[in-house]
Amino acid sequence: MVGYPSHKDTLSAVRGLIEGGADIIELGFPFSDPLADGPVIQHASTISLEKGTKMVQFLSLVRQIRKESQIPLVLMTYTNILYHKGYEKFFKLAKEAGLDGIITPDMTVEESKEYLKAAKKHNLDTIFLVSPNTSKSRLQEIVKQTTGFLYLVAVFGTTGVQNKIQSYTISALQNTKKITRGKVPVGIGFGISTPSDIKSYVKHGADAAIVGSALIKLIEKTPSAKIQSAVAKFTRQLKLSTK
Amino acid sequence: MKIKFPKDGRFGEFGGKYIPETLVPAIEELEQSYLKYKNDSDFKKELNYYLTEYAGRPTPLYYAKNLTEKIGGAKIYLKREDLLHGGAHKINNTLGQALLAKRMKKTRIIAETGAGQHGVATAMACAALGLKAEVYMGYKDTIRQKLNVFRMNMLGCEVHAVKAGSQTLKDAINEAIRDWITNVKDTYYLLGSAVGPHPYPVMVRDFQAVIGEEIKQQIKDFGKKTPDTVIACVGGGSNAIGTFYPLVDTDTEIIGVEAAGQGLKSGHHSATLSAGTKGVLHGMMTYLLQDSEGQIQETHSISAGLDYPGVGPEHSYFKDQKRIQYVSATDKEVIDAFLMLTRTEGIIPALESSHAIAEAIKLAKKKPKSDTIVVTLSGRGDKDVEVVQDYIKNSK
Ligand SMILES: Cc1ncc(COP(=O)(O)O)c(C=O)c1O
Repeated sequence: MVGYPSHKDTLSAVRGLIEGGADIIELGFPFSDPLADGPVIQHASTISLEKGTKMVQFLSLVRQIRKESQIPLVLMTYTNILYHKGYEKFFKLAKEAGLDGIITPDMTVEESKEYLKAAKKHNLDTIFLVSPNTSKSRLQEIVKQTTGFLYLVAVFGTTGVQNKIQSYTISALQNTKKITRGKVPVGIGFGISTPSDIKSYVKHGADAAIVGSALIKLIEKTPSAKIQSAVAKFTRQLKLSTK
Repeated sequence: MKIKFPKDGRFGEFGGKYIPETLVPAIEELEQSYLKYKNDSDFKKELNYYLTEYAGRPTPLYYAKNLTEKIGGAKIYLKREDLLHGGAHKINNTLGQALLAKRMKKTRIIAETGAGQHGVATAMACAALGLKAEVYMGYKDTIRQKLNVFRMNMLGCEVHAVKAGSQTLKDAINEAIRDWITNVKDTYYLLGSAVGPHPYPVMVRDFQAVIGEEIKQQIKDFGKKTPDTVIACVGGGSNAIGTFYPLVDTDTEIIGVEAAGQGLKSGHHSATLSAGTKGVLHGMMTYLLQDSEGQIQETHSISAGLDYPGVGPEHSYFKDQKRIQYVSATDKEVIDAFLMLTRTEGIIPALESSHAIAEAIKLAKKKPKSDTIVVTLSGRGDKDVEVVQDYIKNSK
């Protein structure tokens, strides 16, 4: 989450992710009303906004990271933030800064015409989400629109740490893979916090695992000076479990 | 100009469904069920039975003679939704949706509430129909409308106080949506205003349109084909769209009144249509109160039921079409109107409804005695007497 607990800490966390071997970095930009998020990301969003986080800071963070690495960077935020800036105008700026893709959890394919047009024009990936209750025909429709990867929401619920892997998630993963047929990678997220979670999902076909709240919790309890090394260590453990 | 049931869920550019993918099947199921039952004769018969025998419809259209004479202008008529069971128009919608939820075989009902009136109306409808309800309410609202928290508890409904964000209606909606995402299979989200993703704005409007339909009939008894003017307060906009929708194709002048709080320039208000810009919140494209970064702003109103930074998308549409005029009333004007109606007519209005009264008082002065103004008195003010008392004490 950009600006949580501070902008300096966000950069340290990013450096830790790169050092630990992350394949893609998802940067969250805070929205006042994050209705798909659980308590951890809600709290981080609130604090970041209280500290006055603005889009210019996100863009300068992206530029800074680009000086250091070519790792793929995607932005996760809510529709209103993008709509308010103007899809076209913002995507242009973001691409120039070095962003690669966008994830918008409250953007449905039905409402995405302008959004997709602008993203295509500026060559940004639009990563759509699917859920365990998404119908087969809808899944096919979404697979057509998603680029970069497809984000499978693992659980019925908001973002946050879960304890047990659900059998419905495994079936959803297998069904999703049947439809994507290798044309686009499937990343799974929501509630993933341990190497063993990742091991099971990878075993059942996940191409990537997305870890958010667990990482924020780690950053939260780590003193600033140690964030980079702690994140690098955690990332290394997670990465190892994919092999 | 009327849009009955937009297939794409849009009123012009407003509305739509901006929701997490997990809710898409639930919203589709709701849309299909609503389309199936809205013209089903058994459903209509049962709803009508409950509206009449349980909620107390039709409500009177009352000529406020004393108030009219005191002001000395156009005749003011009050559409007495305050006399409904529960004390507000909210029951029109909760009965409709609760009956629908039953047909959809949902076992658990969740709702959000601001002033607590929708929560109470949900608790009542669910008790009457044998459903289990849980209500989300902003922590700040649980304090200023605590009478309604007690009522909900007594009706057997669990109230969750929401401590996130501004601790008002907007945060209660966020939390209800999160609950829905988590328990999507068996849970029905009974939304209390004409807001949210399609089909809620249309469905809530249809259930509330009984207000305007009755006005159209009742005004004939006073020798008019249609009222010259109708006025209603706008929070999310359900009592207003229910009043206005049956009249948008007539010559009636239509006015919605928002909460100007401490004044539009003070920044402490909830006048979304008067001062907002376009954006996406709670699943809909509509006018919003937001800052230069697209973050939703904290709002203020003396009435908890109007304390909301968004508004129903159909209102945004009618504003841009210039068919409906949206104005606002300050907290002070609202208190004055509240007291004036209480003392001239012996009717204690809800603070929300007092916004509409305040505009009627302003307007009646400027209009000839032959004109008729119909004001929707959306609820009664018992819940508000403490807030009014404190306001008077503090302004002395
Ligand atoms: C009496 C009364 N009027 C009006 C409102 C505002 O809601 P809406 O704009 O949906 O009618 C409320 C909401 O709580 C209310 O209790």
